[in-house]
Amino acid sequence: MSKPTQPLRSACTVILCVLIAGLVAVPLLQIISSVGQSSDGTWQHLQETVLPGYLWNTLVLALSVGLLTTIIGVGTAWLVTSCRFPGSGILEWALLLPLAIPSYLLAYAATDVLQFSGPVQTLLRNTFDWSRADYWFPNARSLPGASVILSVNLYPYVYLASRAAFLEQSACVREMSRTLGLGSWQSFFRVSLPMARPSIFIGLSLVIMETLSEFGAVDYCAVDTLATGIYRTWTSRGSLIAASQLSLCLLGAVAFLIAFESVSRASLRFHSSDESNRVAACIPLSLFRGLAASLFCWLPIVAGFLLPTLIFTHKTWVNGDQRAVEMLADLGTHSLILATIAAALAVGLGVHVAHARRTHPTMLVKMAARISGLGYAIPGGVIAMGVLGAILHAENGLNDAFEFLFSWSPGFFFSGSILALLFAYQTRFLAVSLGVIQAGLTRVSPDLDAVSRTLGKSGIKILTQVHLPILKRTLLCAFMLVFVDVLKELPATLILRPFNFETLAVRIYQLASDERLDEASTAAIAIIATGIIPVIVLSKLMSRGNSPKSHRHDPTTANPPPLPSNHD
Amino acid sequence: MLLASFRGVILTSRIATFVLLTTCLLHAEEVVNVYSARHYDTDDSIYDEFTAKTGIKVNLNSASSDALIERLQREGKRSPADVFITVDAGRLFQAEQKDIFQPIKSATLEKQIPANLRHPDGLWFGLTKRARIILRSKDRTKKGEIKTYEDLANPKWKGKVLIRGSSNVYNQSLVGSIIEAQGKSGAEAWCKGVVANMARPPQGGDRDQIKGVAAGEGDVAVANSYYFARMLSGTPEEREAASKVEVVFPNQENRGTHVNLSGVGVVKAAPNKANAIKFIEFLASDRAQEVFAKGNNEYPVAPSAQTIPVLKEFGEFKEDKVNAAKFGNNNTEAIRMMDRAGWR
Repeated sequence: MSKPTQPLRSACTVILCVLIAGLVAVPLLQIISSVGQSSDGTWQHLQETVLPGYLWNTLVLALSVGLLTTIIGVGTAWLVTSCRFPGSGILEWALLLPLAIPSYLLAYAATDVLQFSGPVQTLLRNTFDWSRADYWFPNARSLPGASVILSVNLYPYVYLASRAAFLEQSACVREMSRTLGLGSWQSFFRVSLPMARPSIFIGLSLVIMETLSEFGAVDYCAVDTLATGIYRTWTSRGSLIAASQLSLCLLGAVAFLIAFESVSRASLRFHSSDESNRVAACIPLSLFRGLAASLFCWLPIVAGFLLPTLIFTHKTWVNGDQRAVEMLADLGTHSLILATIAAALAVGLGVHVAHARRTHPTMLVKMAARISGLGYAIPGGVIAMGVLGAILHAENGLNDAFEFLFSWSPGFFFSGSILALLFAYQTRFLAVSLGVIQAGLTRVSPDLDAVSRTLGKSGIKILTQVHLPILKRTLLCAFMLVFVDVLKELPATLILRPFNFETLAVRIYQLASDERLDEASTAAIAIIATGIIPVIVLSKLMSRGNSPKSHRHDPTTANPPPLPSNHD
Repeated sequence: MLLASFRGVILTSRIATFVLLTTCLLHAEEVVNVYSARHYDTDDSIYDEFTAKTGIKVNLNSASSDALIERLQREGKRSPADVFITVDAGRLFQAEQKDIFQPIKSATLEKQIPANLRHPDGLWFGLTKRARIILRSKDRTKKGEIKTYEDLANPKWKGKVLIRGSSNVYNQSLVGSIIEAQGKSGAEAWCKGVVANMARPPQGGDRDQIKGVAAGEGDVAVANSYYFARMLSGTPEEREAASKVEVVFPNQENRGTHVNLSGVGVVKAAPNKANAIKFIEFLASDRAQEVFAKGNNEYPVAPSAQTIPVLKEFGEFKEDKVNAAKFGNNNTEAIRMMDRAGWR
């Protein structure tokens, strides 16, 4: 077999990359094509009544969640990475646990328990004999409530990204800054933090995109944002066009975010090179400071994982869903299969796009890579409708053609199959795997590529023999993040799944939409339990990178620091 | 890349096998394909009974009404769905407007379901009824103090009214029925009056409103009848909360209490039309009606079917007989009205 020539191979890489972006963009096209279409006065009505409120709430929510997740995520990552205090070893992995809880469940549990008629306030009133006017209690169903709920749910993205960055900062940098007279706080703010900024930003942008597209949690918190407005405009106001036009506002915000991020990433090049990759020594904290640090780290875990898990366990115990227990094997298997395949696909596609972007950094490929990451900020329901519309459009066309040619048509085979679901998951979650992989790839020195090329390796060989082995942990990380996301995904799963095909998330929806939180808690526990597995794998991956052995100095990857663990 | 593509090949073949298998299974036997926006577990037991009785397998896909309507519309003439079940008359009307149903003539259905609870041409048929009732605090309000939906807008109740958000379709239909009764300007004034009386910005579901009255957050709440009935047989805390409120069927002296439906129709493209009709006729039978109604504490539409004891205790009441198509038609106007009134 003759080997394909280099230009041909390049062309294939680029075409495949554009194709992937195209597929992801199909549902977005519907949104973009809504510009200039008439929405029967709905848009004008929105502008006059609710739109200013939507925009304000969305802005405040995105900013406050962004700020809170940064404080929690970066703060905890710094503490567990560079300080030693009671429980810091457990915290390393425990801080990831809230990832396993779907945000809508967290919001449902929090609003139910904390509302006026909920157990907490009832207990307070009974104990102190208060009535409504006698006391003030923070309302979970409010903008601040939603901000806190989303923050304790989403901070692990920032934690994950910043911890990876802190782990890679060598001891020298920090020791140097201390030698130059900076205290540990100053050294954090003036050296470590700025160096970790690009990584933190990747985590933060995922958080913000997820906040922008969040529907369930925000809806339970009775806050009207663009995302809930989009649903309402579509379902209640009956205008999919106006809903698409609203979605466009979100797309605009994301485009801005991405532009900002690429500027931020560009600054990565200015980081100084490391001559030593020793792990920095942990600073032992005094008892008082250690307790304070411990408290700071435990709070988000308690709020974001322990309390909701306890609430659901209690509800399952008291008034569980017998049927979910019977169906658990089925539901769980379906959830697992979907999440595994979708995550593997997302990693495969992510690797291709990220690699193409590195080897062929042309305008076209860069654009394609950016489009591939857009879907994350669009509410899942809108993506689902876009995917469904696109698939049915294609299938109807195909069937028409068959009927015209053979007077026979095969009917629908793609819609209503798992393939349609997988397609939808890619449009939504490719952003996650792509973001993680791209970040990982930027940390691999371009010198490596040059050396490989000198040794006669071609693009694909560099990828399979050099990049992929180095990125092994990054890929696993991307896989796990998408896996957990798919496990929790609801709107697309609900409308695109095949007949008689239920997942854990679907079961939760069926009960929760009917205000049966008690029964829904059984499936909730199951989804949390399933979600914990990848979360633990993730944390194991990270802490393994922490062992000094994996930080052995490798002269081929002097600049920037190599990803840990790849030289064992 | 190699690894990824190898994995991809394996996955694709597995998926293909799965798809083929399911397609084969779907074609091998007598089936009826159901899209449903109702998802109560008792519904499934009724479907199983249907299969046991007729040998026709029920393939079920449940999702939200709006998504299913959108899907049916886009699938068009090749839709695999035979039957569409949804809750709220407004949605039935919407489906009708989007040309999703086909007319069905069935003597059985005409006998079982009263004329005002089905479409005149047989496009859709009611399955169960629920009333949108007012719950008042036994401690802080007197019997007869609140009698109508219109009273909710009376300044007398300032800071006392608990009602959920305007995204909720039951509120939309309620406002739709008020537009029908009071005209547009009257309904708009009503919305503004209710908003001015709210004890808190609308939040939570129907049960949260009832619990709010029980806990003293407000004095009167609006909720669907089945939520209250369910609380009466719920956990000890729920039963205690329910014991503190009393049911009021509004507007008994004039047009009657607003009643909503869950309903069903045969999809225009139905590949198994005969099975679909058999299926709906089965759902309208006394036996199925009783199980259906019992599972979610609803009123059966078939007059010959037994109403469950807990609803009987609420007593007989006069229903607002306005055609569901009418308030369904008012849906868009109702939402804009609530937006303007600041009803979130």
